[in-house]
Amino acid sequence: MNIKRIITLGAITLFLAGVSFWIGQLSYSWFPPQASAEAILYDDLFSLLTGIGTFIFLGVTLAVFYNIIFYQAGRYNTSDGPPIEGNIKLEIIWTAIPLLLVIAIAVISYQTYDQMDLHGPTEIAHLPQMMDAAYADTGQSTVESMTEIEVDSQQWAWIFRYPDQNVTSTELHLPVNQRAHLKLRSKDVIHGFYIPAFRVKQDIIPAKTIDFEFTPILEGNYRLRDSQYSGTYFAAMQADVVVESQADYDRWLKKAAKQIPTLAPNQAASEYARREQKSDSAGWKTVVPAPAPMVNYHP
Amino acid sequence: MTTITNPQELIPETPKTPPDWRQYFSFSTDHKVIGIQYIFTAFFFFLVAGIFAMIMRGELITPEPDLLDRTVYNGLYTMHGTIMIFGWTFPVLSGFANYLVPLMIGARDMAFPRLNAAAFWMIPVVGILFILSFLVPGGPSQAGWWAYPPQSVQNPTGNLVNGQFIWLLAVAISGVSSIMGALNIVTTIIRMRAPGMGWFKTPAFVWTVMAAQIIQLYGLPALTAGVVMLLCDLTFGTAFFDPAQGGNPVLFEHFFWFYSHPAVYVMVLPVFGIFSEIFPVYARKPLFGYKVVAISSIIITVLGGLVWVHHMFASGTPGWMRVLFMASTMLIAVPTGIKVFAWVGTIWGGKLRLDTSMLFGLGGLINFVFAGITGIMLSSVPIDIHVNNTYFIVGHFHYVLYGTIVFGIYAGIYHWFPKMTGRMYYEGLGKLHFYLTFIGTALNFVPMHPLGLMGMPRRVASYDPEFAFWNVIASLGAFLLGVSTVPFLLNMVSSWISGKKAGDNPWRAIGLEWLVSSPPDHENFEEIPVVIAEPYGYGKDEPLTENMGG
Repeated sequence: MNIKRIITLGAITLFLAGVSFWIGQLSYSWFPPQASAEAILYDDLFSLLTGIGTFIFLGVTLAVFYNIIFYQAGRYNTSDGPPIEGNIKLEIIWTAIPLLLVIAIAVISYQTYDQMDLHGPTEIAHLPQMMDAAYADTGQSTVESMTEIEVDSQQWAWIFRYPDQNVTSTELHLPVNQRAHLKLRSKDVIHGFYIPAFRVKQDIIPAKTIDFEFTPILEGNYRLRDSQYSGTYFAAMQADVVVESQADYDRWLKKAAKQIPTLAPNQAASEYARREQKSDSAGWKTVVPAPAPMVNYHP
Repeated sequence: MTTITNPQELIPETPKTPPDWRQYFSFSTDHKVIGIQYIFTAFFFFLVAGIFAMIMRGELITPEPDLLDRTVYNGLYTMHGTIMIFGWTFPVLSGFANYLVPLMIGARDMAFPRLNAAAFWMIPVVGILFILSFLVPGGPSQAGWWAYPPQSVQNPTGNLVNGQFIWLLAVAISGVSSIMGALNIVTTIIRMRAPGMGWFKTPAFVWTVMAAQIIQLYGLPALTAGVVMLLCDLTFGTAFFDPAQGGNPVLFEHFFWFYSHPAVYVMVLPVFGIFSEIFPVYARKPLFGYKVVAISSIIITVLGGLVWVHHMFASGTPGWMRVLFMASTMLIAVPTGIKVFAWVGTIWGGKLRLDTSMLFGLGGLINFVFAGITGIMLSSVPIDIHVNNTYFIVGHFHYVLYGTIVFGIYAGIYHWFPKMTGRMYYEGLGKLHFYLTFIGTALNFVPMHPLGLMGMPRRVASYDPEFAFWNVIASLGAFLLGVSTVPFLLNMVSSWISGKKAGDNPWRAIGLEWLVSSPPDHENFEEIPVVIAEPYGYGKDEPLTENMGG
């Protein structure tokens, strides 16, 4: 009888573990493309936690349904269940296992965080260990450090400055496989710098310059979104991010440097202008958006 | 010291029970009347804020901002969150605490009945202020319920009386009301338990209410201070949080979250208490590991005060702070896990009866495990950095606030409805209500998780077309949740008017509140009970009290 029970429990555990592993693998498909070295680390950690979480969720749910199915009282059955008040051994086990589990998750999370080395207003940027891992895939062994790009945010526009070339743009261009160094600034309220394909995010606090780093590894077009609520046109505060080869990047910079600054399209400013023209606008008075920016390059 | 045990002698006589309906509109000092006043008022605000949510989901059913002006959307989402928290969840749980605590501990009323009534009557004022703020020029606050400066103090109208001003005022009043309530409840629980009711004979619900109200006492002063400083910044031109004049906006974030994270435990702990009361009754077994469950509430009270920075992982916080608060946040999973396992242990091998309260209890338990798992994920700093301020968070906390807390509240309403009204509700309508609510919750809030992982920020009135599919599902779920309240309201109204008479103890439950008549007399207990047994003695066939049986 006891052996039968152990076998049944073992089989259920194995089955749950299998399902959990499968869901954990499936979790990779829930994300945008892995466009940065950080994204690879992120998705691995998320997959692990999804697997553990699925196991716990299915375990508890299964236990509840097992009892619903096998231990429902009959309609006229008014008897009580066994008066079991607790079980010290069981209670110690279900305190100790979660404790060990969260300690393990915290340690693994810390390691991932350390490897991402996202930034630190007080820390000196250094080449993180993760670069080796990330570059094993791309076949490159050295990483050049890129010059800094200044990111200016305001209600409701993003402007990117490349100080060495004296270029301004409303589209963020980055060379692939290079550590990007950004200086984040805000002119008015708190904004959030967020590129989902890179899995990185940082609030931008006004009157502060925040250093921010990450490494794009996949050429393509991505979205930058404001992630900290910034008022009326918050949802419209988006910009495109272009990750391209070094050669394309250099060409783009050179071309942009030669262009005379022109008025870039800005969704918030144009929506506001349209709203002001309509007399029947149902909206309330809003902070006036900053005028559309003058930049060397805009899409 | 002894005078405190019988405060009703000090106050003017109120009419004898059962109270007629007019009493619910009066300044009554009867804790049962106040409890029902809280629950009714809160449910009204729940419906109002729910309608706001459905209008928002109407906007979000398409990517473009086509239904509402952006300012209107921002005002609606701000007031949805604000009213749900300050107008619904806090007050409805204060209602449960008010109604149940004196009955459960064998007292005739709360320690300070007039303070109790005063605290309640502030709630309609708070809720009406929130709603009236839609009528001032410039509309209501459009800063979210966090009201982060400098955005929250921008005041485009330039008026002294603006939506944000009213918002801050109402939140401050709500804070005063909560502090008054907390003082009253904690005093009542410490001083007025019946003879023989030691701490380990006190019901788990009472433990959780006390654990929750202690948080109000240590946390609310921080929020109130932050709110008053923000009000000064907005109205009197001070610069506590204005970076242009040397202030620090991140300081407000600390003030806000130092209270507002523990506030989640203020809301969820009493619901844990409701689960702990309900599972033994409908499984006919003692609460598994009762003492550990009781103590784990207090551990949550302490740990809950040490985790607030996890809301600010993507903010201007240094690395060491992120890691420290990741560790403290993860530790909370341990006492919470103890409760979950104890509930599973309670129903294990029992004689389960799936009445509506039990269904809401079990549904809430499963939803809570789901919310807890995404919670552990979010406590991990690197995970949080990508999903922070995305719909993943919105999905997570709606699984806590709706999937767990609202489910627990419904479970509690069904379970104690016969006690409060003396009548039974209709089981069929109750079950319909449960299934609609459970499906609506899943449809509404599960899609928010993939949306967040894909990178859709929260609080947006418009979004990129790639997010459209899951948003349509979520909106349909929201409308279904709206529909699900119809059988509930029908059930409550018709049962109260013409339901079957319930008798004192229709669930054959163990507890002092089930030893008195339904509804209880004004004085609750003719004779104060003397408690001789632990609560939850199912299957043990022993009396709970010396003088009243049970």
